[in-house]
Amino acid sequence: MNAEKIRRDFPIFKRRINGRPLVFLDSASTSQKPVQVLDAMEDFYRNSNSNVHRPVYKISEEATEMYESAREKVARFVGARDHHVIFTNNCTEAINLVARGWAQRNVKRGESIVSSVMEHHSNIVPWQSLKGATLRFADVGDSGLLGDLPMDKKTRLVSLTHVSNVLGTVNDVKKIAKEAHENGALFMMDGAQSVPHMKVDVGKIGCDFLAFSGHKMLGPTGIGALVVRKDVADDMDPLLFGSGMIREVTLKGTTFADAPMKFETGTPNISGAVGLSAAIDYLEKVGMRNIERHGRSLTEIAMRSLGGMDKMKIYGPRKNRSDVLSFSLGDAHSHDVATILDDRGIAVRSGHHCAQPLMRRFGVGSMTRASFYLYNTVDEVRQLAEGLGESARVLKV
Amino acid sequence: MSLDMYAEEILDHYRNPKNFGKLDKPDVKVRELNPLCGDQYEFQVKVSDGKITDVKFNGDGCAISTASASILSEFIKGKKISELKKMEQKDLLNLLGIEVSPARIKCAMLAFNIVKKVVEESGKKK
Ligand SMILES: Cc1ncc(COP(=O)(O)O)c(C=O)c1O
Repeated sequence: MNAEKIRRDFPIFKRRINGRPLVFLDSASTSQKPVQVLDAMEDFYRNSNSNVHRPVYKISEEATEMYESAREKVARFVGARDHHVIFTNNCTEAINLVARGWAQRNVKRGESIVSSVMEHHSNIVPWQSLKGATLRFADVGDSGLLGDLPMDKKTRLVSLTHVSNVLGTVNDVKKIAKEAHENGALFMMDGAQSVPHMKVDVGKIGCDFLAFSGHKMLGPTGIGALVVRKDVADDMDPLLFGSGMIREVTLKGTTFADAPMKFETGTPNISGAVGLSAAIDYLEKVGMRNIERHGRSLTEIAMRSLGGMDKMKIYGPRKNRSDVLSFSLGDAHSHDVATILDDRGIAVRSGHHCAQPLMRRFGVGSMTRASFYLYNTVDEVRQLAEGLGESARVLKV
Repeated sequence: MSLDMYAEEILDHYRNPKNFGKLDKPDVKVRELNPLCGDQYEFQVKVSDGKITDVKFNGDGCAISTASASILSEFIKGKKISELKKMEQKDLLNLLGIEVSPARIKCAMLAFNIVKKVVEESGKKK
């Protein structure tokens, strides 16, 4: 795999920031888009733009075919055979669909949902919004590994992230799914940070639900998916009501379409699905194993070079981790570190990473995070280390 | 260039903020949080004869927000509430003496918004 060659497919890397090339180390937040994705979306709007599922003319047939084949591609990409793929706006909406659509109906008062301290707010707040269900959170050890799951016979759902967006921890989701099922609970996996970076197979893992976003995997914003086991989907309510999700409407009442249509209300994000489909083509061409290996190798190099710096604290496991790297530089605030890096055109994330309970767990208000993807290079890691050296000098840490 | 924000004076306020701590029996206290980054400060003041007679602040944040809180705490101490009511954003930016980049304006304004509320609350006391 050749990151230098891959970069040429991404128009944004022609940008210069303060006269320097953009060093984009925030793909865990959102990834950049290759020209193949942009072209596919433009081609849809230029040549086939029309609504799906309704009109009978040629270009609408094309649009419907593009939209539905995107669904099939997503299904294949995540190994969904006994699962439906429901398009959503993003990962957050997909999790909300599980909360409102499935949990509200199936988790009774006194029954529990298990999540963890390492979750993104999007995998905490939707469960808090439910009435009746008890929430339990697995702790996270100092080394960034997930603690025991507080599960019992009253647990109906275990909802955990595959990969932590802060610590890079890769959870043993196959084991977790098995444990959940043995307790009679379902397993919902937040794949926001794993689906873009490694081969994920819902069948092999044993996911009842998988949620993820297209924009973190080279696709556009505004498209994501909930992958849900077919029999579980039968037991789910839609989030939104209206057109597109109906079988028949009378003034007395309405019968609903079958899944996945039942859960996609109104005109969907057709160009988004087309873009996501092109993104998957791109990822598969490079190869998910190569992408995973490349990200992990950059992370290891970064851990070695940052790890040698004075007053540098790196969070998360030492081994078997994904390609996000969060750290604190002495007592310097992450915003200040990020601002000084920005001066050199280096984009990193600062703040609480939508994981305030995890920040609290580690006794900090914020962290700085660098995250890597297929287009990042060893030279960019070197620039990061240099920029952090300057941050330390400027901020007098 | 954003590096210019880290002027010597700003870093001095950051490393050794003025009026940092808590007051014994403050007349007014206001706490605010920047939900985007989690930075938060509480300002505590004593009010007498329409003046802010003492001020302390505590909390946690970045260099820009800390310096802004420190500088504002110095600025309001001893000033008339009627005078402080006229304070605008640009006055704070002048006090800071640096060009705050658009991405960091919210950091600078956290303490400003707190002080605005402090002044308003103080105005309601005698
Ligand atoms: C682990 C995890 N879950 C959920 C999300 C939410 O994704 P989105 O904002 O695309 O809905 C993110 C995004 O940062 C994430 O990292």
